[in-house]
Amino acid sequence: MSVWEIFFGNDRYKYMLDGLKFSLLVTAFAAVIGVVIGVVVALLSITDFKPFKFLKGKKFFGKWADFNPFSFIATIYVDIIRGTPSVVQLMIMHTVIFGSVKNIPKLVVAGLAFGINSGAYVAEIVRAGIQGLDKGQMEAARSLGMSYSMAMYYIIIPQAIKNILPALVSEFIILLKETSIVGFIGGMDLLRSANIIISQTYRAFEPLMAVAIIYLVLTGVFTKIMRIVERRMRVSD
Amino acid sequence: MIEVNNLYKSFGELEVLKGINEHIMKEEVVVVIGPSGSGKSTFLRCINLMEQPTKGTIKIKGIDITSAKTNINQVRQKVGMVFQQFNLFPHMNVMENITLAPIKLKGLTKKEAEEVAYELLDKVGLREKAMEYPNKLSGGQKQRIAIARALAMNPEIMLFDEPTSALDPEMVKEVLEVIRGLANEGMTMMIVTHEMGFAKEVGTRLLFMDEGKIIESGNPKEIFANPKEERTRIFLSKVL
Repeated sequence: MSVWEIFFGNDRYKYMLDGLKFSLLVTAFAAVIGVVIGVVVALLSITDFKPFKFLKGKKFFGKWADFNPFSFIATIYVDIIRGTPSVVQLMIMHTVIFGSVKNIPKLVVAGLAFGINSGAYVAEIVRAGIQGLDKGQMEAARSLGMSYSMAMYYIIIPQAIKNILPALVSEFIILLKETSIVGFIGGMDLLRSANIIISQTYRAFEPLMAVAIIYLVLTGVFTKIMRIVERRMRVSD
Repeated sequence: MIEVNNLYKSFGELEVLKGINEHIMKEEVVVVIGPSGSGKSTFLRCINLMEQPTKGTIKIKGIDITSAKTNINQVRQKVGMVFQQFNLFPHMNVMENITLAPIKLKGLTKKEAEEVAYELLDKVGLREKAMEYPNKLSGGQKQRIAIARALAMNPEIMLFDEPTSALDPEMVKEVLEVIRGLANEGMTMMIVTHEMGFAKEVGTRLLFMDEGKIIESGNPKEIFANPKEERTRIFLSKVL
C-alpha cells in the first residue's frame, strides 16, 4: 500500500483534519478557561485578606490570626490538580461529574477538564510572575496616591505579563500535547484519527509519524511566536 | 503639618519604634540620622502609611491617617516619597513615569501633565531624557527623575528615605543639589540620610534616633558642635 493510498484512499485524510480541528479546539477552549482560572487563583493567593486578624495574640486561637482563606483555597486547588495525573482528572470529569449527563459534547468535557488542570499551572506561573517583581514598584505606585487596583493595573500587571508570557506559552505547548489523551474518553482527536487509519490500513508507521510531525510543526510555530514576542518586549529592558 | 503621637511599630516580635512624639511645622526641613536599625526609615515610612503603625496616631494637616475612615490615597497625593532604590517604573519612559499619576489621579490632560513634567525635568536638569527608559539612566539620573515624579503630584510634604545611599559617590552631589533646591523653595521635608555634611547644612532641625526613640532634637549645627546626649555624642564621634 502506498503512502498516498494510506492517507487519501477512502478520503482517510479527513479523519486527520477532523482530529486536528478537535485537538486545537480543545486546546483553545482549555487555554481560555485555564488563563481565567489561573489569573483569579493567582490573585486570590497573593491577597492580604486576613479576616481573623483580631485573634492576634489571643490564647489558642492566636495562630489563626494570619490565616488567609482565599490563599488557603488557592493552595488546595493547585496541590490537588498538580498532585494527580491529568488522565485521571479527565476520566473523573467524564465518568463521574458528567457521567449522568446525556449528549454532552466531548469537546466541552475535555475542554473543562484540561482547562481546570491548566488553571493550576497558570496560577503558579502568574503568582511567580507577580511576586517576582520588586516590592518597591507597588510602594512607589501607592506612595503617589494610587489605589491597590490602580497600581496593579498600571504598574504591576504590565510588568508581570512580561515575566509570565514565556512560561505561559510553554504551558500552552504542554497543554496541546496533553490533549492527545482525550482518546481515553472517546474524543476524536489527532491521535485517535491515526488509530482509525491504522485499523483500516494495518499500517502504523505512516499515520503515527504524520501525527508526530503535525504536533512538532504546531509546537514549533508556538515557540517561534513566543521568541518574536519576547524580542519585541525587550525594548524597555 | 505633621503631628506624631505615641507612635509604636512592631514587626512580629521585634519592636522597631517605641513611642515617638514629634511635631513638624510647615517649611521645616527635618533631617533624621542614627545608627542602622534605629528605626529612622520605619518612622519615615509610617508618615505616609507605607508601614501600618502598631499603636499611636499620625496627623497630616489635622487629618488622622491612622483612622480607618481616612482615605489614605488622597493623603498620599499630598505627601511625595523618594526611595533609596528609586523605584522608577521600568516599563515606562521618563515622561510616562512622571505624568501617569497626575493624569490618572488629578485628571490632568496629557498635554497639561507634560507641560508640568517638562518644568520639573528642567528643575532636575534632565529635560533631554524625557523619552528615555529608566534602564538607560545612571543612578543619580534615576533618583532625580524619581524626585520629579513625586513633585508632579504637587505635594506639600516630601519624604526622602536615604535618597543617596544606593548611589555611586560621584552621583550623590547632583541629587543633593536638587533636594537643596527644594529646601530653598520652602518645601516641608523629612529626610533620612547618612550624609552628615548635607544634614548640617540643609536641615532646619535634626533628629537623632536610636533604638526606636528620638534621643535628641534641635538645630543641626548646635547638635553637631555640642551634642547634649551621650549616645548622640558617641554616634557623631564615629561618623564624623
